[in-house]
Amino acid sequence: MDRGLLLEIYRDMLLIRRFEEVAHRCYTEGLISGFLHLYTGQEGVAVGAISAARPTDYIVATYREHGHYLARTRDPKSAMAELFGRASGCSKGRGGSMHFFDLARRFMGGHAIVGGHVPLAAGVAFASKYRAEPDVTLCFFGDGTANMGAFHEGLCLASLWKLPVVFICENNLYAMGTPLYKTLAVEDVSTRALGYPMARETINGDDALEVRESVGRALRRAREEGLPTLVEAKTYRFRGHSISDPAKYRSKEELEFWKKRDPILTLAERIYTLGMADEAQLKEMELEVRREIDEAVEFARNSPLPDEKTLHDYVYAGSGEETAGGGT
Amino acid sequence: MRQIAYREALREAMSEEMARDERVYLMGEEVGAYQGAYKVTQGMLEQFGEKRVVDTPIAECGFAGVGIGSAMVGLRPIIEFMTLNFSLVAFDQLINNAAKLRLMSGGQITLPIVFRGPGGGAHQLGAQHSQCTEPFYCYTPGLKVVMPATPRDAKGLLKSAIRDENPVVFIESEVLYGFKGEVPEEEYTIPLGVAEVVRPGKDLTIVAWSKMQHLVKLVLPELEKQGIDAEVIDPRTLRPLDEDAILASVRKTSRLLIVEEGWPYGGVGAQIAYLVQRNAFDYLDAPVERVTSEDVPMPYAANLEKAALPSVEKVFAAVNRLLGR
Ligand SMILES: Cc1ncc(C[n+]2csc(CCOP(=O)(O)OP(=O)(O)O)c2C)c(N)n1
Ligand SMILES: [Mg+2]
Repeated sequence: MDRGLLLEIYRDMLLIRRFEEVAHRCYTEGLISGFLHLYTGQEGVAVGAISAARPTDYIVATYREHGHYLARTRDPKSAMAELFGRASGCSKGRGGSMHFFDLARRFMGGHAIVGGHVPLAAGVAFASKYRAEPDVTLCFFGDGTANMGAFHEGLCLASLWKLPVVFICENNLYAMGTPLYKTLAVEDVSTRALGYPMARETINGDDALEVRESVGRALRRAREEGLPTLVEAKTYRFRGHSISDPAKYRSKEELEFWKKRDPILTLAERIYTLGMADEAQLKEMELEVRREIDEAVEFARNSPLPDEKTLHDYVYAGSGEETAGGGT
Repeated sequence: MRQIAYREALREAMSEEMARDERVYLMGEEVGAYQGAYKVTQGMLEQFGEKRVVDTPIAECGFAGVGIGSAMVGLRPIIEFMTLNFSLVAFDQLINNAAKLRLMSGGQITLPIVFRGPGGGAHQLGAQHSQCTEPFYCYTPGLKVVMPATPRDAKGLLKSAIRDENPVVFIESEVLYGFKGEVPEEEYTIPLGVAEVVRPGKDLTIVAWSKMQHLVKLVLPELEKQGIDAEVIDPRTLRPLDEDAILASVRKTSRLLIVEEGWPYGGVGAQIAYLVQRNAFDYLDAPVERVTSEDVPMPYAANLEKAALPSVEKVFAAVNRLLGR
């Protein structure tokens, strides 16, 4: 195991954890509004998966996408500024928490209609194949998404047309307040892959390294054979569905059980066991990350609001600043 | 009279109708065990059990279709969309099935079904969660569209919608759920298709529905102070529209302002403006005015959202234009 890589994975997860905690605080202080779906507890999935991808591979995600955005960009400033609704945000303050975009870094959005982005991911992969480019698309979504028509249609087409895409279901056992067993007629989400058909794996999403390996296999399958995969990563969100959800539908024991599997703590243990860093070193990293997040908050706070004169920008091509269309 | 919240009024309407008619059932995401995403259906699972309060997976197209299918053979479903934004996932079911089955079957099929949930924006929910869907549904023959502004109307109209023999799209508002108002203890219904004159007046007519009624209320004291006597009308049902009520008012006041939360292009207000110019042209002293949202998907940033929405200032400006001031 490469020490640098391991510490990088650890740091990326920590960055997400602290970012979300500070975002939560800023929300309660009234600096952020709208919906806020925190990624706390699921960091192993985004970081493990995205660490296995190339920077040129595309990412399509949901409204719970802060983690994926940070794993790809390591840019908490543009993320925090977006949450603050500032012109310097990654979507220029237009998107908010649920709609982070960064075309240049191939982050193709947070999307807030459950399932709606799954065919989009297949479409991005379609374009890669069309242009004979080697890029693969990673599509993230939750367990609750596996019942949506758009999910099924997206996977159907990806299989039919052999599209280079990796579908990653983050199975955190709940869709809002609804436990998975109440809505899913099969045990594992990944069994859904059988009917399309496509390759499938069910893995421990709280182990970033296991995620990295599994998604790595799926990426190779996509890149080399042009075939999609459905990866189901079992994980847990430590917070409610969104900031306004006290999550009373889950027992304390259940939460405690999953907190013992905290992807960050368990990775720290592994790092110690392997002798790749000691507590002081991780502590130092922690301070660094906190400083970075504090700077992001300062950046967001000091950034200008979008100019009201630009309200009508970005509705049609040609209004507002031109952005490069169609990839890169 | 007792005061209850808009959400409680809706719950009473559903509970009373379910107690009254075994064929009525409720279906949607988080309506049961979670007690409703906005707590509208609180306690209903306990009252009626899992057979009649059905929690669904996230599958709007599927469960809207199941509702329609069950109504084809005599059940009377209430289908809750967590918000009307998600009804767009079921758009095909509403437009191609619910609205058309009766005509396509030559009248053999009757479809007593209610699709309900909150429409419009709330606070900085972004482009996919802040839209008014009523024009989509009002456009479509075969559907009825209801949008109550008060707890009293919410209850009386929802009861009528449940008893109606047609598909009804019943659009509530997230920001009104906690709003309290007088609701009679005793049983009552309010007929669909009948507007209410909320405030009689003689200088101009203001037509607004749902949340926009409450915006108009904020403007009235200042108008009164300035000696402007506005007549305020709440159509309450947008399809079928109470055309007579609006026309009678405009024939009296000669000036019309429509305030709506939706986009301007092809909005419900555009249809009302057409109606009035067609049927009361000679009575008009000024072009019909509309206050709408700006013609842009809703941006997240607080200042942009504010700029995009109808506001007190925009209503005043429109009134001034109407009065030639
Ligand atoms: C089509 C649609 N229906 C309902 C919603 C409201 N909603 C937002 S997230 C969510 C739960 C999604 O659960 P899951 O897919 O498991 O993702 P998680 O939130 O657990 O990450 C629901 C019902 C929505 N955004 N879109
Ligand atoms: Mg989930």
